[in-house]
Amino acid sequence: MHQEFLMGNAAIARGAIAAGLNLVCGYPGTPSTEVLETAAKVNDGNLYVEWSVNEKAALELGAGAAYCGARSMVTMKQVGLNVASDPLMSLAYIGVKGGMVILVADDPGPISSQTEQDTRSFAAYSKLPCFDPSSVQEAYDMIGDAFAYSERYHTPVLFRPTTRVCHGYASVTVKDEDEFQHNQPEGFVKDSSKWVIFPRLSYQAHISIEARNVELQHEFSQYPHNVLTPEKETGCKKGIVSHGISETYVQEALAGKDAPRLLKIATPFPFPEELAVEFLEGLDEVLCIEELDPVIERELTYLCGKHHLHVNIRGKLTHDVKNAGENTCASVAENIADFLDWERPAQASLDPPPALPVRPPVLCAGCPHRASFYAVKQAMKGKKAVFCGDIGCYTLGNAMPLDMVDTCLCMGAGVNITQGIGKIEPDTTCFAFVGDSTFFASAITGAVNAVYNQAEMTLVILDNSTTAMTGHQPHPGTGRTMMGQVVEKVSIEAVLKGVGVKTVETVNPLHLEEAIETVKRVAAEPGVKAIIFKSPCAVLIKPEQPAVIDPEKCTQCKRCIKQLGCPGIVLQDGKVTIEQSLCTGCGLCTQVCPFHAISTGGAN
Amino acid sequence: MQTNILICGVGGQGIVLTSKLIAATAMANSIPVMSAETIGMAQKGGSVFSFLRLGDNLHCPMFPEKSADIIIGFEPAEAVRMLPYLKDGGSMVLNTHPIMPVTAALSGSDYTGREMVQYLKQHVQHLMTVDGDAACKALGSPKVLNMIMLGLAIRQNVIPFSIDEIEATMKATVKPQFVDLNSKALRYE
Repeated sequence: MHQEFLMGNAAIARGAIAAGLNLVCGYPGTPSTEVLETAAKVNDGNLYVEWSVNEKAALELGAGAAYCGARSMVTMKQVGLNVASDPLMSLAYIGVKGGMVILVADDPGPISSQTEQDTRSFAAYSKLPCFDPSSVQEAYDMIGDAFAYSERYHTPVLFRPTTRVCHGYASVTVKDEDEFQHNQPEGFVKDSSKWVIFPRLSYQAHISIEARNVELQHEFSQYPHNVLTPEKETGCKKGIVSHGISETYVQEALAGKDAPRLLKIATPFPFPEELAVEFLEGLDEVLCIEELDPVIERELTYLCGKHHLHVNIRGKLTHDVKNAGENTCASVAENIADFLDWERPAQASLDPPPALPVRPPVLCAGCPHRASFYAVKQAMKGKKAVFCGDIGCYTLGNAMPLDMVDTCLCMGAGVNITQGIGKIEPDTTCFAFVGDSTFFASAITGAVNAVYNQAEMTLVILDNSTTAMTGHQPHPGTGRTMMGQVVEKVSIEAVLKGVGVKTVETVNPLHLEEAIETVKRVAAEPGVKAIIFKSPCAVLIKPEQPAVIDPEKCTQCKRCIKQLGCPGIVLQDGKVTIEQSLCTGCGLCTQVCPFHAISTGGAN
Repeated sequence: MQTNILICGVGGQGIVLTSKLIAATAMANSIPVMSAETIGMAQKGGSVFSFLRLGDNLHCPMFPEKSADIIIGFEPAEAVRMLPYLKDGGSMVLNTHPIMPVTAALSGSDYTGREMVQYLKQHVQHLMTVDGDAACKALGSPKVLNMIMLGLAIRQNVIPFSIDEIEATMKATVKPQFVDLNSKALRYE
């Protein structure tokens, strides 16, 4: 044992490796990404690591490995589980041989997600055991338990930290290498009565799953990370139950005070019934402090009915705790104060400060997506057109002054949404924008759908040769793998032509005139056609010399600022200026200036 | 004994590394440490903050308002934004050099930072200011702002380490050719 300062996600990866992990795969997504990245970084060559094309592919790959007796882990964010839910629901019936942990990071807030869905609810729906760590140390310790339970019960298990655990850092006690477990997979043993899903098998499996989950309810009542803490002051008839990071806020709020009876739930499903009943007995009132769904609150309400306990269960359903967004130290301290009739902790009472500048996320200076959006915007000027966006950095194309994202729903949705709009509004020119990584993850089927069903649309691929939003992970189009191999790139153009898109034109969006002409020409063609805007992510390339403004020629018309909204063009003492520290010399503004007042150093 | 530290500023100023250096020094001194920072949509130019806690019986990496023993403010408006977290009588080290929001040109914002510094002077009991831009120029590198800020923060005697201890961690972290420069920055007054 020794101490290290680790991020929660790193602790999860390290804990899994210490538990004998053989294979890890996943799809990037905040706040889960660093789990797989850490595993790749510390890989001594004995671990297979891959970024799969999407979460469904990853989960199926992980299942195959676990069928062989390998210990496998699949990583994703909560909305990724929606993509992987088809194999997940069936795999719950089939089961596994080696330990298999599906790591799903939830994002209360949401801070960087489309939904506030709760994987604990998904656990109950899929009937799979779920582990919910509340700290970085617990994440390290519990990931090993998750593998052990998975293997003992031959079932995949869910492991669901939330953002604050994933991205929190702490000094944690970790195992030395000689304490690591090692798992030698036996290999795949053929048995079609076990590995081939049929209605009869599913019926039998359903019976076993229900029996197993009852057993796990007993088992989890003894699980050391489910903790019942007796009240400090005898006679107090109130109790507080919590989970995850919120539980640490409860501890924080009660530090040094007469705490009531407390319960921490680290295994929300199957719910540790005996422990919960022991907690409830003798209490009048219980406050449930949860993030996302009122999972514990519903369980306790149910248990009170089942066991005829007269306990008033309060929480989100009774509007005592907010039902959306993240909890904070402060919000939990207030919830507890209100519940226990304590005075609320003092908030800062400062004079109102001067108006604070807002710093919204924007496309970076030199981002090629800005040029792509601008080219389409110019080409479609005065025409009735719709621009369906997708998930990635380029969602930021919705901001003024570009204003080029009319819809955004989920991974790969834009290509299909634009078809739907086109079927109802045939006079609208329909565009879908999708990044290269999202294209491979989930837009190829949409392209096939468009071709087959005679859609009228232009698919615009914003190809910056990386998965930029989540921190530049490789994907099939990059020619690199997480095992360090250089492999043949999957060509987006070849894929599109292969599925029947007749016109596929590739153009550098930073060559503005050519880009605009290409859009005009391609959009006017009938049927499904595609434009690949190819230019690398500005963060990954060595910047060129910053642009220069000729003060003789600049009339201060501010067209560059108003048209592009590039952070690299600023006003200094009222004058248009290039911010030297940000400008990458991409040259887009030089092509927008009507007075040719801006030039790039390299060009002259 | 616990010490709560809040470091705030704008993406790209070296806040995360500052936080890591303090944490690593705590580890070297066998002091338990927890931290949390903004990650996610915040790219270049976004508000960044890092909560850092040192000491025993830590439960969570974040702390509520009025709990920070010291705020290390890398940017005036960001320091004002996080001021509610400062304890009554807490300390602040402030870089007075403002960073314009990347959208300032578009929105026509007239932010100068001066009104923020004024506000902080009125509301912070122990305020130590430095023009980080001028200090970096004096030291000959725009990349040492975080060491200047960290050195000033250590000298407020709130964080339980000496400059020498921080320096030892820094030496193990930065490339050898930058050690002298960073040592100077840590001792900049």
